[in-house]
Parts: sequence; structure tokens; C-alpha cells
Amino acid sequence: MSIEAKQIVKRFGGFTALDGVSVRIETGELMALLGPSGSGKTTLLRIIAGLEGADAGTLDFFGQDATRLAIRDRQVGFVFQHYALFRHMTIFHNVAFGLQVRPRGTRPDKAAIRDKVRELLRLVQLEGLEDRYPAQISGGQRQRVALARALAIEPRVLLLDEPFGALDAKVRKELRRWIRKLHDDLGITTVFVTHDQEEALEIADRVVVMNKARIEQIGTPAEVYNHPASAFVCGFLGDVNVLPTTGSVSAFIRPHDIDVLKAPDGAESKAGVVKSVRAVGAAVRLGVLLDGSAEPLEVALPGGQQDGAAFRPGEGVFLRFRRTQTFADGARNGS
Amino acid sequence: MASTVTFRLAKPRATAPADAADLEPAWIRRVLVSVTLGFLVLFLFLPLAAVFVEALRKGVSVYLATFLQSDTLAAIRLTLLTAAIAVPLNVVFGVAAAWAIAKFEFPGKSVLTTLIDLPFAVSPVVSGLIYVLLFGAQGWFGPWLSEHHVKIIFAVPGIVLATIFVTFPFVARELIPLMQAQGSDEEQAAIMLGASGWQTFRRVTLPNVKWGLLYGVILCNARAMGEFGAVSVVSGHVRGMTNTVPLQVEILYNEYNFVGAFATASLLALLALATLGIKSFIEWRTQRDTAAA
Repeated sequence: MSIEAKQIVKRFGGFTALDGVSVRIETGELMALLGPSGSGKTTLLRIIAGLEGADAGTLDFFGQDATRLAIRDRQVGFVFQHYALFRHMTIFHNVAFGLQVRPRGTRPDKAAIRDKVRELLRLVQLEGLEDRYPAQISGGQRQRVALARALAIEPRVLLLDEPFGALDAKVRKELRRWIRKLHDDLGITTVFVTHDQEEALEIADRVVVMNKARIEQIGTPAEVYNHPASAFVCGFLGDVNVLPTTGSVSAFIRPHDIDVLKAPDGAESKAGVVKSVRAVGAAVRLGVLLDGSAEPLEVALPGGQQDGAAFRPGEGVFLRFRRTQTFADGARNGS
Repeated sequence: MASTVTFRLAKPRATAPADAADLEPAWIRRVLVSVTLGFLVLFLFLPLAAVFVEALRKGVSVYLATFLQSDTLAAIRLTLLTAAIAVPLNVVFGVAAAWAIAKFEFPGKSVLTTLIDLPFAVSPVVSGLIYVLLFGAQGWFGPWLSEHHVKIIFAVPGIVLATIFVTFPFVARELIPLMQAQGSDEEQAAIMLGASGWQTFRRVTLPNVKWGLLYGVILCNARAMGEFGAVSVVSGHVRGMTNTVPLQVEILYNEYNFVGAFATASLLALLALATLGIKSFIEWRTQRDTAAA
């Protein structure tokens, strides 16, 4: 265990950003704090970094009480959402900063700093850009400079605030796989904040799903996706259809947990009419209106197995639900 | 005629504002340019030229002789001394105030922001009178000060105080919007990387605002050296003792020593030209830096 937060509470004026949040970060893991904006995920990250103080609760930082630990003694590598590179310094001096500001006794000599910066720039694949200024490089390059700068102080934990938020879709995908690989190579404990469930599920070892200042669920990507602990987690991690229910429960089904049949299959299947057919990349998505309901259900067909062209709007079909998830309203556990 | 002009002016602007210059009749452009130039020559260039013409009316040797008179030399020394005290102090106050306002939230912040502008809003004469009321012989602290043989009003300390008051806003006003726009992300990043507060200020904050700071400093300096009203009230006009350059100009002029007055005034005119030159240079550098960013 490297960091443990217990019952953290943080308020900004009348707004409660964190309402009794507890989480353990294990040494060497890659953890995602996932949630919609305003869920408190960035506040939690900033409290771990020491950029904000908690109003209540404790933070154990590698066996030390973090409230007694100044920011500069925490040895935290922090990558800001908009990188916060020093705009008047070259890439070289940005990366070297953490080494150059060390007290004389522990500061490496100039040659050692130069070697270390070169090594880091090689690691983040930015060799040859030492003399550029932040304004002269691309967003993805800035992101990697920010990472190299944070790694220069040999941090005990690496914290990333929306690390891919400001990048375009293609660069995001490349960078997040690259960060996963970097994490595997360096083995450094890493926590990153994101509102993108795909990002969290793809690269994190464990995901902390947050909503409205609280933690909804902590688990591996497979656990939170396949066994969501609450209606919120189920709805936030991927697409769901809301099924009509009676009483105080909510029932959901994911679009790919529905089979579409041309003929009825006993009492299990329900009759409906195809309303729309859309090809989304490799997959085909149908909108099917069940008899007696008002809203069409979204159904995802794996493109390879079933040909989307086999269904046409207006056609009568039968749906078989493979797996539905129900949650008692207000309760945290479901089936 | 007038209605035609209005019509022709209005129509192209409504349709193609970007190319208004191409669509205006040539004679309108010529009239506008010559009116502007004429105004500049009449009200700015002519007076400036007159200062130098009058100063040099009796030749260069008479012009230079003015600066050898002990009273004029004393006035120059006092002006330099005042600026040398007021400008550095206002740099420290200005940076501290801008830092506090731009980077922190605290109660009374808007009051402080308004207070910084106070010297701009108050007439300089009133600024001077405030110090007379506080430190003058009949003022609040007057009896106590005379008991301890401290002379502020009609002495150098009063002149320095009045100058600091009048020039206080320049540095702070220049830095506050700049620092607010830059936010505190870079400072937070520096702290996270292990920098101390002083290292963060010297290596991150200061380099980011250096051109704005320099701009504020030269404007502050120009005003500190050129201030007349506030200084006039607290100075007492003791020749060779409490006269700054602007006050010396007035005295010489009132004594019908026109060459001396204009020669001394030419120093202030040169200061103004130098200030404008440095100001343009800084603006050019800032623009170049932002263009690169």
C-alpha cells in the first residue's frame, strides 16, 4: 500500500466536492479516477498531491501523515490538465527544473542534469526538441514534456489530471496506450483522472467510479463493467437501455446483451419492429421498438457475425435478453 | 453635400467593413489624415519643438550654462534621488499587491483593487495636501514630529512620500491583469517539482511578467520625475533644497529667465522622448513574444 485516504471531506463554500471518500492506492498500480464533471475526482487528486487541503479525514502517504508533509517533500509527479509548462523556458529547462531547484547539497552537477534530461527526453521520444519553447511544439508533445518534467524528480507517485483531455481523438488513443506501456516499463504508482470511461477501462488496473462527491465503486475494469454496483455505474460505463419496470427497482440492458431473431424463441423472446439500422464502424446498431413500449431499444450486432443488411426498417423481429441488470432504487447493490 | 457624404460613408461600412479603406473616396482619406497630422503638429510637435528652440535661443553655451547653476543641479539631484527611492519601493509594493490580488482569494480583495486606483482618481494637489494635513506643523502628527526634530513637510521626505503616493498604481496596474491572465498553474507546477516560494517567484513568476513589469517601471519613473502638483504642495519651494526639476522650471519661468526655464524643461522633454522610445521597444518585444506563443 502506498497511499490511503480515509473519509476525506472537502467543501468549497456551500459546495461539497468530496463527502467522506476513502480509497487505497496500491504500490505499482495504475488507477483511474472516473466520473462526470463535478464528481470530485480532480479534487481528490489535488488533495493527494497536496495542492488542496482536506476539511476532514486522513491521508496516509507512504506510512507518513500527509498533513505534516509539505508539498515539496511528498515527491509527487503531477501532470496538469493543460500541462502548465514554463512558457519562458526551453523544453530542456522545463525538464531540468525539478533538478535545478534542489538544495545545493542534493543537486546533481550540470553534466549529470544534462544526461538525466537527455535520458528523459529519449524516454518520452522527444530527442532533438531541447531548444524549442512550449509554444513551438504540438499538444501531444507538450503532454510528454510535462510527463518528462514530472518524472525528473523520480516521484514516488505520478498523478495525472485529465491527461488526454486537451488532445484530438487519434493522439489520445496513441498516448494512452503509450502511457500504459511506460507504466509497465517503469512500474511507478500512477493515478489519473478522466471523465472518459473508455480511457479508464482500457488502461487502468483498477477504476474508482465517482459521482456527486462520493465513490460509487472501486474495482478492475472487468468488475465495474460486468458487475456494476449501482445504477449510476451501470449507466456511466457504456451504453444501456432502460427497461420498463414495476416497483422501486431500475433495470438496464446493454445493447450487445440483446440477440435479434427472425423467429420467436419460446416465451423468452419479445416481438418488435425494426425502426432504424445504422452502421457504426465495424458494428451495426438497430433501433427496435417492442410491442407496447414507447421508446425503441438500442441493439448492437457484432458486424462480423450477423449482417446488418439482413434487417430492414419496418421488419418484424424478436428480441432475446441475454443479461439484464436490476438495481433497487437508492441501494448500492444489484443483481 | 453633407447628406451625400454621410450616405457614402455609411453604405460601404455596412456591407464590407474590412475593406472600408478601399471604398472611401480618396479625398475623405486625405482630409482625415491631414486633420490628424495637423492636430498632432499643432498640439504635440510644436510645443515640443518650442521647448528646444527657446532653450537654445541664446546658443548652446548659454543652454549648457543653465545646468552648471547650483540651484538647477540641486533640483536635478533631488529629482533623481526622489525617483531612486520612489520607483524601487513602488516596484516592491506593486509586485506584492499584484501577486496578492492575482493569485489569492481573500476578504477585502475588491476594496484593495479599488484602493490601488485611488491615486489616479484623486487630484495630485489633494494628494499633497493629505501629507500636509498629516505631517505639517498644524497636522495630526505635526507637534510630535517637531518635538523629535523630524521634518517631513517642506523637506525631502515629504517630496518622496508624495511622489510614492502619486506613482503607486503604475506597476500594480500593469501587472494585475497580466498575472490574472496567466493564472497560477505554473507556480503550482514549480512547487510540485520541489521549488521553494522564492525560487518559484524568481524562476517562474518574474520571467513571465518581466516586460509588463519593465513597462510599469518606466511609466512610474516618468511620472515620479515629472510630478508637479503633489510635490509643489509639500515642497515649500526652498531654492537648492526642496525644488525638483518641474518646480525649478516654474521658478525660473516666473523670474523671466526663459532660457533657463526652457533649458531645464528640455530635460523633462528628453525624459518623455526616452520613455516613449523604451515603451515602444517593450511593446515591440511583447508583441514578438506573443506572436511566437
